[in-house]
Amino acid sequence: MSVVTNTTTIGAIEAPSRRNTELAMLGFAVAIPLFAYLNVGLALDGKVPGGMIGYGLGIGLLAGVGHLVVRKFAPYADPLLLPLATLLNGLGLVLIWRLDQSPRLIARATNLYGGFSPDAPKQLMYSAIGIALFVAVLLLLKDHRILQRYTYISMAVALVLLILPMFFPARNGAKIWISLGPINVQPGEFAKIIIAIFFSGYLMVKRDALALASRRVMGIYLPRGRDLGPILMVWAMSILILVFETDLGTSLLFFGLFVIMLYVATERTSWIIFGLVMSAGGAVGVATFEPHVQQRVEFWLNPFAQATWDQSEQVGQALMSFGAGGTLGTGLGQGNSDLIGFAANSDFILSTVGEEFGLAGTMAFLLIYGLIVERGVRTALAARDPFGKLLAIGLSGAFAIQVFVVAGGVMGLIPLTGMTMPFVAAGGSSVIANWALIGILIRISDTARRPAPAPAPSPDAEMTQVVRP
Amino acid sequence: MNKPLRRIAIFCGLLVLALLLRTNWLQYVEADELNSHERNRRVLIERYATERGNIVVDGKPITGSANTKDTDFAFKRTYLDGPMWAPVTGYASQAFGASQIENIEDGILTGNDDQLFFDRTMAMFTGDEAKGGNVVTTLNGAAQKAAFEGLGKKKGAVVALEPGTGKILALASTPSYDPSSFAGYGATDEKSWNKLGKDTDKPMLNRALRETYPPGSTFKVVTAAAALEHGVVDDIDAKTDSPLPWTMPGTTTKLVNEGNIPCKDATLREALRVSCNTVFGKLGYNVGKDKMLETAKKFGFNEEQFVPVRANASIFPEELNDSQTALSSIGQFDTRTTPLQMAMVASAVANDGKLMKPYMIDQLEAPNLDVIKKTESEEMGQPLSQEHAQMLQEMMETVVNEGTGRNAQIPNVTVGGKTGTAQHGENNSKNPYAWFISYAKGENGSPVAVAVVVEDSDATRDDISGGGLAAPIAKDVMKAVIDSKK
Repeated sequence: MSVVTNTTTIGAIEAPSRRNTELAMLGFAVAIPLFAYLNVGLALDGKVPGGMIGYGLGIGLLAGVGHLVVRKFAPYADPLLLPLATLLNGLGLVLIWRLDQSPRLIARATNLYGGFSPDAPKQLMYSAIGIALFVAVLLLLKDHRILQRYTYISMAVALVLLILPMFFPARNGAKIWISLGPINVQPGEFAKIIIAIFFSGYLMVKRDALALASRRVMGIYLPRGRDLGPILMVWAMSILILVFETDLGTSLLFFGLFVIMLYVATERTSWIIFGLVMSAGGAVGVATFEPHVQQRVEFWLNPFAQATWDQSEQVGQALMSFGAGGTLGTGLGQGNSDLIGFAANSDFILSTVGEEFGLAGTMAFLLIYGLIVERGVRTALAARDPFGKLLAIGLSGAFAIQVFVVAGGVMGLIPLTGMTMPFVAAGGSSVIANWALIGILIRISDTARRPAPAPAPSPDAEMTQVVRP
Repeated sequence: MNKPLRRIAIFCGLLVLALLLRTNWLQYVEADELNSHERNRRVLIERYATERGNIVVDGKPITGSANTKDTDFAFKRTYLDGPMWAPVTGYASQAFGASQIENIEDGILTGNDDQLFFDRTMAMFTGDEAKGGNVVTTLNGAAQKAAFEGLGKKKGAVVALEPGTGKILALASTPSYDPSSFAGYGATDEKSWNKLGKDTDKPMLNRALRETYPPGSTFKVVTAAAALEHGVVDDIDAKTDSPLPWTMPGTTTKLVNEGNIPCKDATLREALRVSCNTVFGKLGYNVGKDKMLETAKKFGFNEEQFVPVRANASIFPEELNDSQTALSSIGQFDTRTTPLQMAMVASAVANDGKLMKPYMIDQLEAPNLDVIKKTESEEMGQPLSQEHAQMLQEMMETVVNEGTGRNAQIPNVTVGGKTGTAQHGENNSKNPYAWFISYAKGENGSPVAVAVVVEDSDATRDDISGGGLAAPIAKDVMKAVIDSKK
């Protein structure tokens, strides 16, 4: 939506920056979680929670810092992305804090580990680190096109990040963690951004070759082998993750990202077929001999069967959580979503939304995610350079797929895969990585919406204004 | 690149749409099903989240709630005189679910029933502690106590009804169990539960409602009613055409009586007084299987009763040959009945032929004691005319005054009854069941009708054992009801 009127006499009119809109929206994004926090406190203890001021200041400060940095360093950025992410992050904190108060979870942790440590303070710290990374992205990344330079380095980094967890012990059945002393990192979350950077850089260069220099076999364009090399490598890597790390979610995310970006870059439908065939081939191939995957499918199909229940009652419990919520929910702090057990505040946090906010709240949550994706796609449409377009659609596509895979798994729409709801679920890597993702999207949208520089003065025009005697 | 971008946007939209549809499906369409799922622990958590309402007898609760320190279940059910009342209350256990009234009226007792919506909403605004409503029963504490203590260590059951209304006044079953012993979910609860399940005496069987016994001679009241209703006998003091012994039609088997009693061509009154098999067997055969079935059904046979706890259907067989009709008419062959059913027979006779639908819940109360629902007496039917009912009353009173039911006599009270000794087992080898059905009558109609069955009757195998074992219990129950009305 270029409003720039490029007339020589008047010069460039700046697009409205919408920074004040963003500030107003941020006000809501801070106020709503604050009310939610108050609500939990009143529901659980019957009094205003003690941390009200601290919590309010904390989240307000984080939002404020984010806003100021955007105002200064990305003045034309999309005004909705930051408030939406802040709102989700804030509500996530409330939900985690609410689950921290659950006597059932406290008793469980005390029985199993001899003690209970609340997750909300950690999550607040991770949120702060996330905002810090968001600020760092905006400060250091003056122009997203700089990232093009790191195409192949990105690929190498992504490969390392994805392969590393293989050498660390599995946690809760999946090898998706790197543990260094007290620090636990889930590299998959960061890898999705880095892979998007690699795909954007690579496809931008090779898109013509991939789209045009291909042989037509039975109505389908098949690409040349040498253009396909790095793509096949990523595909193979996704399968390896599936096999060795039994991480269904991450591989699904990469398959999806891979298909979307190939399609956008080549603009050819045949690439969707090509990508889908490769993805499906890999997935089906692995599923036939990987018991972990088969088990997940079994859990999904028969969540209430005795055999499923004996091994894991999580999926069934989550479904009953949603059912218990009904249309309007039980109200914050008044549900029993903590019956899900240890993953209640991470993988399954959406169940708490479902139970305590009800159908109305769940739909609102899903729509907030949908809005973030939509703003990302708009950014891709508005971006002027193919690299920016690809990166923006890659990041928003990955975000959309992640939300679908997690929410769909928790709601029993698809087999459970073990990723986390961006911003809402407890877990440092997820929050930090997704703030970086929003940072990059904001940077691209800033570049896209920035008015074109004023045209150079036209000598002819000047001539006509000079009245010579 | 914008065209594929727009398509991806649509694709992402479809992903979100799929999630939205799914959440609607789960939280709107399937919500009820998920909420009542057997694996849903919330049902239990909800059941014990607040102080559970009480089951009330004679204005006093026979149940209670104990506050626990549990993370899931804040309250635990307690029972007053658990074993005595167990056939009425059922149980509410944190580990093993609930039964009978505890289960059927769970919504009221937990306070979550839709009928309590207004109260819940008000409580939310006034900040009152959430609490369940009460279930007020029709039972009579004194009658129940008499029944339970009368049965004592014997196996058996007692049902007492108020003939005019159908109110259940006593509902006892022995051996019984204490629902308090497994109300929680700990190791001791589990042990008690398992022990009860393994007990060969089946203490958790509600013998008053769920067990069917051959009714023996008490069924002769039904046969007599059928004979009067269908015009086979007009005068109860007229001689009947009853040979002794009587060879059953289509067989060479002779139907005999217990002991040497005056049954040859006995009048109906006399036949009931001494309990003649020959007279009533032939009478049933003369009435015919279809008309016998018709009358039995009018008394409530062949149909489950809901009081509102389900009672098994009593059975009068539908397919019979002539000799089987004769045997069925004296309460043998495949005729089986619950104690409740025989109490209904006695109450219909006592109530001048009108059968009232039995019920044991008088009213449901909100936590603030407002009445939410009151059960109205309901007529089930008229198995026999007033005239015939009074004839039967005369006959049954003769049984008590000068027949097999002398043990049920109460001074200054008119009592009618019928004894029964039901043989069962292979070749009738097992100890027979002792039966007694009766009613008491005062100036204003009949206050109580009772059916008593005692399973392990080890007394002599003559018809007196019904009178010897069961009649004193019936007498005590009737006396308790009459005394409590004074």
